[in-house]
Amino acid sequence: MSIALATDHGSPTELGLDQSPLAVRGMTVSYGQKPAVFSVDMTVAEGAMTAIIGPNGAGKSTLLKAALGVISPLAGRATVYGKALKGQRHRIAYVPQRASVDWDFPTRVIDVVQMGLYRELGLLKRVRAKHVAKAMACLDRVGMTDFADRQIGQLSGGQQQRVFLARALAQGADLYLLDEPFAGVDAATEKAIISVLKSLKDEGKTVVAVHHDLATVAEYFDRVFLINTRKVAEGPVATTFTAEHLNAAYGGRLAMAQIDQLDLAAG
Amino acid sequence: MWLDALTLQLGYNATLVALGAMFLGVAAGVTGTFLFLRKRALVSDAISHATLPGVGIAFMLMVALGGDGRSLLGLLLGSAVSAGFGLLCIGWLTRFTRLAEDAAIGAVLSVFFGFGIVLLTIIQTMTAGRQAGLEGFLLGSTAGMLWNDAMIIVVGGVLTLAVVMALRRPMTLVAFDPEYAAASGLNVARIDLAIMGLAMAVTVVGLKIVGLILIVAMLIIPPVTARFWSDRTDRVVWLSGALGGVSAFVGAALSAAAPSLPTGPIIVLVSFAFFALSLLFAPSRGVLAAFLRHRRFQRRVHMRQGLLALAQGQPIYEGFTLRLLRRAGLVEKDGVVTDQGKARAAKALRDEKRWELVRADQALEGAAALYDGLRALETVLTSDQIEEIDRRIGGPKGVGA
Amino acid sequence: MSGAEFVPLSLTPLLIGVFAAIACALPGNFLLLRRQALIGDAISHVVLPGIVVAFLLTGAVSAWPMMLGAAGASLIAVGMIEAIRRLGKIEPGAAMGVTFTAMFAAGVLLLEQTDTSSVHLDVEHALYGNLESLIWLDAIGWESLTDPVALAGLPEELPRIFLTLLGVAAFIWLFWRPLKISTFDPSFAQAVGVSTGVIGLALVVVAAVAAVAAFDAVGSIIVIAMFICPPAAARLMTNRLEVQIAWSVVFAALSAVLGYVLAGYGPIWVGSNHAVSAAGMIATISGLILAVAAMFAPCRTRSGAPVG
Repeated sequence: MSIALATDHGSPTELGLDQSPLAVRGMTVSYGQKPAVFSVDMTVAEGAMTAIIGPNGAGKSTLLKAALGVISPLAGRATVYGKALKGQRHRIAYVPQRASVDWDFPTRVIDVVQMGLYRELGLLKRVRAKHVAKAMACLDRVGMTDFADRQIGQLSGGQQQRVFLARALAQGADLYLLDEPFAGVDAATEKAIISVLKSLKDEGKTVVAVHHDLATVAEYFDRVFLINTRKVAEGPVATTFTAEHLNAAYGGRLAMAQIDQLDLAAG
Repeated sequence: MWLDALTLQLGYNATLVALGAMFLGVAAGVTGTFLFLRKRALVSDAISHATLPGVGIAFMLMVALGGDGRSLLGLLLGSAVSAGFGLLCIGWLTRFTRLAEDAAIGAVLSVFFGFGIVLLTIIQTMTAGRQAGLEGFLLGSTAGMLWNDAMIIVVGGVLTLAVVMALRRPMTLVAFDPEYAAASGLNVARIDLAIMGLAMAVTVVGLKIVGLILIVAMLIIPPVTARFWSDRTDRVVWLSGALGGVSAFVGAALSAAAPSLPTGPIIVLVSFAFFALSLLFAPSRGVLAAFLRHRRFQRRVHMRQGLLALAQGQPIYEGFTLRLLRRAGLVEKDGVVTDQGKARAAKALRDEKRWELVRADQALEGAAALYDGLRALETVLTSDQIEEIDRRIGGPKGVGA
Repeated sequence: MSGAEFVPLSLTPLLIGVFAAIACALPGNFLLLRRQALIGDAISHVVLPGIVVAFLLTGAVSAWPMMLGAAGASLIAVGMIEAIRRLGKIEPGAAMGVTFTAMFAAGVLLLEQTDTSSVHLDVEHALYGNLESLIWLDAIGWESLTDPVALAGLPEELPRIFLTLLGVAAFIWLFWRPLKISTFDPSFAQAVGVSTGVIGLALVVVAAVAAVAAFDAVGSIIVIAMFICPPAAARLMTNRLEVQIAWSVVFAALSAVLGYVLAGYGPIWVGSNHAVSAAGMIATISGLILAVAAMFAPCRTRSGAPVG
């Protein structure tokens, strides 16, 4: 059979649905009368780095936001480590799209990173030296300690992205969800971010990123999740990142010549 | 009495005022549409509040020059100058500081208005001039209006309307697609300025009738109302003009017939009544229609998801989906799928498989763009094309497709 | 000026003006950063129908029912704006414009149709307030501040606006972190479990309460001006939210004091013996402060912020 259906890549029980860091079932999200995501199942593998890929407007970011409860779905549900999202938020760190915030906001880099400590600090707990030290350590991991006192509006795009990553690190989570972390950043930042993500993986954390650049999928990630409103396929890069699946996800929008240049698994 | 009013059995001045208000209402509705489409509706609020200091200064100047300060033309001229200055301030604040336009609008409207109130309290203590009636500019008053003043309003309304009509094409272009308008040689900045200028003219002419606090309603409510009835810019423009004209005429006539009803608030409330009706009952954008559509859509989504899950033997998590399936007789109470359910599920799955091929096919890109998870393929492709798809689905299984 | 003159005639209006200005400026900072500055404008317009309806229901001009009425009207207005924006898919500015003009018009009409000749309730009062009349007749000098009998005669607006200010400040202090996070990055805020919708609504409600209490004492012009001008000027002074809030408090207090003094004594200095509207003057001063900040403040432009 030539068509990849959701069930072709392992039933939920095979993948250990109950323990999965993030399991999405039957998720449909629509803006107005057109679903951006339709009846999607996703099972994120623990301790792996997963790329969510698909063409523009395929619902990649929407899926992530709906799974996190940032937008409410029309149907479907998500579980985090087998439990409802509500009690599990402390285990998730989220990096929204850089363009989604007002970078003219009057605040400094270190303040943004400390926002990652919100669950720890709550409403009123005082920011102590150890909290500042923790925030600084996170900035250090992304190579931004020198910028701690800068106003965020003065940062370059790549620096802003690193600050967002540092904020996510400060959350001290087990599951990291990133929305287009490499969009519009310089090569040095891309390298820095991927090395941080890989070190997270080495610590046993789970990383999921909406990703745009097909050329780096095989180099950066272990697993891929292909989506175009519907799920196209999910699984290890080695078996799932194939010309056939890419064609199914991108349709006419990806020329065969481009596919030929990719470091694809033999599908 | 009200009937008399609507059929213009009023006094001569009241008739003039009602007609002037109508012209003004049309001009306001049309001008307001361009403001609304440019997402700058509330700039008009700043314009109107910024007229107050001008009224005060004009009065003081006229008194200083020996008049009694009651010339409506002079007062309106003053209000236009200070409204223009207010607009400049908004432009300057947004361009040269980091403040957003909403902050600039709010700052200008409150400060100008506050300063205007200061001037009014100074005027109240002046012994020269006849300051009675200046408060009328706050809420509008047409009672006891002189023939001269009524004429100014009629002529002002007609002139504004004429300019709006003359400029409606370029303004429509700019409101619809500023980049295209710029590319086709229009000076977008200048046309934006014209829109602002017209909004200012409407405000100034309407000041005496509606008052500066409520004049902004004439520029905002009709366009928003009209928007519910059409997606086409030119129709919104005309409809908004018509709504503005009718509201203003009815309001002015009613208030002329019953002097205890102040003109401005009546015009605004008539216009709001049209808005409320449209918000609720407009055929495609109205709340009722949208609510019903959303319910229908939600059902279709759940139904389709349920059928696909049935076809693939997956569990159904959503109670709502199960209820829908049961109600349609596709699933028995005990969870067993009926024959009809199996048939519908199989059809849904086949449709989904066909779609998957269509969406992977470069040649069918146009059709693929219509995919929304719900649409039956038969509505998008011809039966020949579907046959071809089916051949390809069966392909690998069959003999050498 | 002696205490015997200052304390009874100027101390209470000054304090009320300052408290009202600060109570509005505090939530104004967040409204400004959320691009909701004009919510203050909308709220201040719909206060009128609120108090008129309260008056019609109770038949008396008494403060608490009117404040409740005004707060209710603000909530209705906010609900209506949201409903028009979401259900009708109308941009927020236009939705606000429709809502507050219609409600204000209804308020004016109700007022005109009601016999309020026996009570002090009219549109002008709603706009200008009567700061100048909030004097402390029982005071004879500074010593009255420790005299319980004289203190009992304080204008009731003073404790009311003071309590409101305390409440507003407590809200901002208590919810500082969620307010800041949800204003800067709403989707991140939701992801860490901040109810951004609730926080946003709470902010508007607090702003409405501040507006209503301030309106009661000083009229609606000050309310709009203080929501927007001091925070806007403060934003141009600094790139840190904490510092911005502090500046906005300073500017609000400065506007109130300077405005009140200029309105009361300015005309005397130029040889007239009639005071001008204090509310209008306070708004004017806040505008002048903003103008100066827009021309000279260190962080006035997006690009020109100092490094470090």
